[in-house]
Amino acid sequence: MRPKLQLLDKALIERILGEAFQLIEDPGVRVAPYVVDLLRSAGITVKDGVAHIPEALARRLLDLAPRGFCLYDRSGRPAVRYGGDDVHFDPGSSCLNILDPETQQARPALSADLVRLVQVTEMLPQFAAQSTAMVCNDVPPEIGDWYRLLLVLWYSEKPVVTGAFSASSLHTLLELLAIESGGREALRRHPRAVFDVCPSPPLNWSEFASQNLVDLARAGVPAEIVSMPLAGATAPVTLAGSVVQHAAECISGITIHQLAQPGAPIVWGGAPAIFDMRTGKTPMGAIETAMLDVACAEVGKYLGLPTHAYMVTGDGRVIDAQVGMESGMSTVLGAMAGINMISGAGMLDFLACHSIEKLVIDAEAIASAQRLIEGIDARTESLAVSMFAQTGLSGDFLKLKETRSLFRKEQHFPSAVIDRGLASMNGTTPDILERAHQRVEELLSAYERHPLPPDREQELMAFAQREARASGLEGLPGILRTQYAHDSVS
Amino acid sequence: MPDDNFSAMRQSIIDGAPDTAAGLAQQAMSSGIAPIDAINLGYVPGMQAVGEQFARGQMYLPDMMASSEAMRAAMAVLDPELKKLGAERSMAGVVVLGTTKGDIHEIGKILVGTLLTAHGFRVHDLGVDVSGEKFAAQARELHADIVGVSALLTTTMRNQKSVVEALEKAGLRSQVKIMVGGAPVTRRWAEEIGADGYAKDAMSAVALARQLMAEKTQSVVAEPA
Repeated sequence: MRPKLQLLDKALIERILGEAFQLIEDPGVRVAPYVVDLLRSAGITVKDGVAHIPEALARRLLDLAPRGFCLYDRSGRPAVRYGGDDVHFDPGSSCLNILDPETQQARPALSADLVRLVQVTEMLPQFAAQSTAMVCNDVPPEIGDWYRLLLVLWYSEKPVVTGAFSASSLHTLLELLAIESGGREALRRHPRAVFDVCPSPPLNWSEFASQNLVDLARAGVPAEIVSMPLAGATAPVTLAGSVVQHAAECISGITIHQLAQPGAPIVWGGAPAIFDMRTGKTPMGAIETAMLDVACAEVGKYLGLPTHAYMVTGDGRVIDAQVGMESGMSTVLGAMAGINMISGAGMLDFLACHSIEKLVIDAEAIASAQRLIEGIDARTESLAVSMFAQTGLSGDFLKLKETRSLFRKEQHFPSAVIDRGLASMNGTTPDILERAHQRVEELLSAYERHPLPPDREQELMAFAQREARASGLEGLPGILRTQYAHDSVS
Repeated sequence: MPDDNFSAMRQSIIDGAPDTAAGLAQQAMSSGIAPIDAINLGYVPGMQAVGEQFARGQMYLPDMMASSEAMRAAMAVLDPELKKLGAERSMAGVVVLGTTKGDIHEIGKILVGTLLTAHGFRVHDLGVDVSGEKFAAQARELHADIVGVSALLTTTMRNQKSVVEALEKAGLRSQVKIMVGGAPVTRRWAEEIGADGYAKDAMSAVALARQLMAEKTQSVVAEPA
């Protein structure tokens, strides 16, 4: 039996949806001029920039959204399956700062940091997908969004959770993906990336977000709604009230998206949080934040839609027991809730900072959570009696062939990041930070880059160099010239 | 007993009770208490107590918002009375506050505004999605001492720089101190864009504003016109 966490009963989910449908009609949803004609052509009243979406129409459009879809790796194999209770993890995204691996002090992230994070993520099976995890402070801000994706595509073969920072730059990101996939049609058939699109709470689809939804739907590239109610600040203070707002934002987003292209893949996702009434901060490691994540996903699952949440994060400023506790708890809850894509690993300090050391620690929590949701199986015909028949009361189970054949299935073996007594074998006991640091170094030295086919590599570099130069950037930070100089267009 | 009145005024702010605060202000006016005394001895100490309790984690944001509403209600009664007398509140400085262009988040900014008001600054809140040009125009019109620019998003943070540039372009940079804040903002970013200071939260923003005012006064003394 697969263990499952549920926080809402059917009656409460129905009430949540009932109120969400009510909200999208009255007071309605603020929308951008870009989608007004699209909405009006479907019979939706749009007045003073506010769309009043009737429930019946929204329900019809929800039915058109696919129940599931895949993201593909570079070789075209399905590697992430959105839908049902499949659970995948990816690192947190778009962080400006990193805990410096040497000093463990926060500093602005650079291209080299993102490259290291991508390489470590590539090596860890716990992460089914990459994310465009950091904004590189050594490239001009106006190219910050697509540059992250370039580095991920260069160093990774896994699917990517990404997002654009503006309406226009989305097309640069899509172009990079199309080059890597071998054209727009290939990208549509086998999308490698999903794009986060964020409504502004409460109930506002800005020009940038509206446009991203429409353009992604038409490009056939999956969109992931990241609705972010802040309970008590930009959303009702009650958890149930915030879940209603989240549902209303998702439903209205799906309405826009499905009107643009019926059947286009979309995810019911979010990064809800409570609002700390003492500090005004949004604690991502709070238990109520995790409860919001789980409850929001439950509503999406009830509608049969693929789901996403922002978890595996802690709020301390350094890697300490608090951060470990918060991240570990939220990892377990997210996995038990069966959320398809759980973003956030590696992040701390209210999502203000990334850490590659934390990423490898989180990977251990993820592996444990993955073991947990495998559940307890009856692997043998008799559960214990036949083994006792062999050992009697001697307690000598170590010798049994069942032990040898099954212990690897029953037990998960963590890496040396987790101290199970092996860490002190050399006479010294490195602490968790040292063990994590060492693990990062090991993974980095084992990492090997797999180049793209030469023609695509050349096209990708030519495109990137052209775009970078247009912003006054010479060279491509994070990519060694020798890796592409032989075939680049100078 | 004026002392009792002042203490009730103070308490009405701490309780976040706008009707009581306004009622007490009206009573004070009809019983001949000077409006400036009601403000300085009654309501302002209330806001200061709120600010201190908030800083100690003993008071929460919804309580503080209610206190701020109560302060507004009292001032709506007292300000016209002050004007009639031709008197003016002494104040710590004029602050023009807003959230940067492209950004519609205002909780942090409201908080900063509330606390600055509590500590005697005259705050003009320009709202959200404010362009650099608007910041500059308002700073000129209102004779701002300080311009405070908030941003919540990594994508809109860079627009703080255009506020600095707009103030430079308007020729106001030497007269106006600029402070920046918001979740993604750091001290280093503030330095990089040429702002005068960064505050990590609303209470530090008050300390920063006071420090900037002190610097401003010193520089005026050092460079007589």
